[in-house]
Amino acid sequence: MSIIVDKLNYIYSPGTAYQKHALKDINLEILDGEFIGLIGHTGSGKSTFIQHLNGLIKATSGGIYYNGENIYDAGFNMKSLRSKVGLVFQYPEHQLFETTVFKDVCFGPRNQGLDELQVELRAYEALKMVGIDNDLLDASPFELSGGQKRRVAIAGVLAMKPEVLILDEPTAGLDPKGRDEILEQIAKLHTESKLTIILVSHSMEDVAKYVDRLIVMNRGEIAFNDTPREVFGHYKELERIGLAAPQVTYVMNELRKRGIPVSIKATTVEEAKQEILRVMKQ
Amino acid sequence: MIRDITIGQYYPVDSLLHKLDPRVKLIGTILYIFSLFAFSNYYGYIVAAVFLFSIIKLSKVPLKFILRGLKAVVVLFVFTATFNLFLTPGTTIFEYGFIKITIEGIITAVLMTIRLTFLILGSSLMTFTTTPNNLTDGLESLLNPLKKIKVPVHEISMMMSIALRFIPILMEETDKIMKAQMARGADFETGGLVKRAKSLIPLLVPLFVSAFRRANDLAMAMEARCYRGGEGRTKMKPLKYTRRDILAFLVLMLYIAALVVINRL
Repeated sequence: MSIIVDKLNYIYSPGTAYQKHALKDINLEILDGEFIGLIGHTGSGKSTFIQHLNGLIKATSGGIYYNGENIYDAGFNMKSLRSKVGLVFQYPEHQLFETTVFKDVCFGPRNQGLDELQVELRAYEALKMVGIDNDLLDASPFELSGGQKRRVAIAGVLAMKPEVLILDEPTAGLDPKGRDEILEQIAKLHTESKLTIILVSHSMEDVAKYVDRLIVMNRGEIAFNDTPREVFGHYKELERIGLAAPQVTYVMNELRKRGIPVSIKATTVEEAKQEILRVMKQ
Repeated sequence: MIRDITIGQYYPVDSLLHKLDPRVKLIGTILYIFSLFAFSNYYGYIVAAVFLFSIIKLSKVPLKFILRGLKAVVVLFVFTATFNLFLTPGTTIFEYGFIKITIEGIITAVLMTIRLTFLILGSSLMTFTTTPNNLTDGLESLLNPLKKIKVPVHEISMMMSIALRFIPILMEETDKIMKAQMARGADFETGGLVKRAKSLIPLLVPLFVSAFRRANDLAMAMEARCYRGGEGRTKMKPLKYTRRDILAFLVLMLYIAALVVINRL
């Protein structure tokens, strides 16, 4: 089971003054159960790209294969694709509309045509997964705090039981505590529910800790596609395209430059600590 | 889908027409619209067409793009043409029951459609070449004399520019919410009238919430910068007529004069 992206091109508003080549020959393979970080500067095409994966935007040219089936084939069931590839948009709390939290989460599974018992069961499970307490189920979604709203919105997509979960900047605008909570919960979904996860972000720190593979986009093209460790090794190039490696990378590089023989491969604060301690003990 | 409507959009290219003072364009457009209904012989159409198409050429906005805007008003065209076709008295050439088509009917229907086309093209050309801000600035300046009779000109134009400014933002927002709900399996395209109307709730509720939130934020931001209406307010780029604008006025006068002369033929 996988998603294969083959020579994908997308052009916004062709034939007008606003024409923009947003995606250029994107080739990519996403395997089952992977945790992928998708990083890029604003306008690099990452949001446009993920909307292709569940068929919300149709490519100008190229193809996408979901489990071997071309999603642009005439008979392809787009609706079932959308329930298999769950997409959580940026600021997903802006899509809440129902009178209660519980009803809002029911919206997705109900659209899948499940019976009422199933719908409610799934909604309940999804809300548990994102850590929403029972006493909030009957509250209006508009009364919740920012972090809670966002978790409810994520539950709204999880309730559809997707196989792949794509999250577009799920931590944007949250305080550090809310950010860590969301990221931990996403990591938990990956390990416990075995979901394939694509996490879109522009913060290297956010993704470095969790993802198996990092895809860096720049001006509609894939600049890097490797493990975080390898990608951060190119921190000079990353800076050139308006991104930066985690601060730890800079610290380790600087230490090495000053003659302390640490490995520069550490990507998180914890790894860096271990590495420095190891060298100090020698 | 929504993006197909090109009427009222700004088309960013650098042309003589884009550089003109918005007041000239406003007056020009109004005069042109009136002129379309003032002439009564066929030469008038030729003059109006030549004038319109040379202005379009000057504006550097692709003709294809302008014509696309007509699609949105096709219904209006069909409506007027049908009424003119069937309800104009004159020499009958076709009759079936109560339906009667006259030569005069055909002629008025065709001419009316041409006039309406010119009207739409002419007025959309103004919005293609003028930014919304510029347009409201021009309007405010032109309506200034009305302040004497206590018309809140500044407030009206401020409301207009805010409304215009928010059209693309709300359109983008609609697009985003629609996609977000489609990702949750919402279906906006199939089903009967009732089902479709119901399917709009997940779109409209978030849209209204976000519109109110934006309005609130904007009001706060304006107050934080001490906005308190038009009293004593100055402009960063005050409107000033240049030689270019005077020239444009002359061209406009020439056009009107040509029409008056031709009407006498």
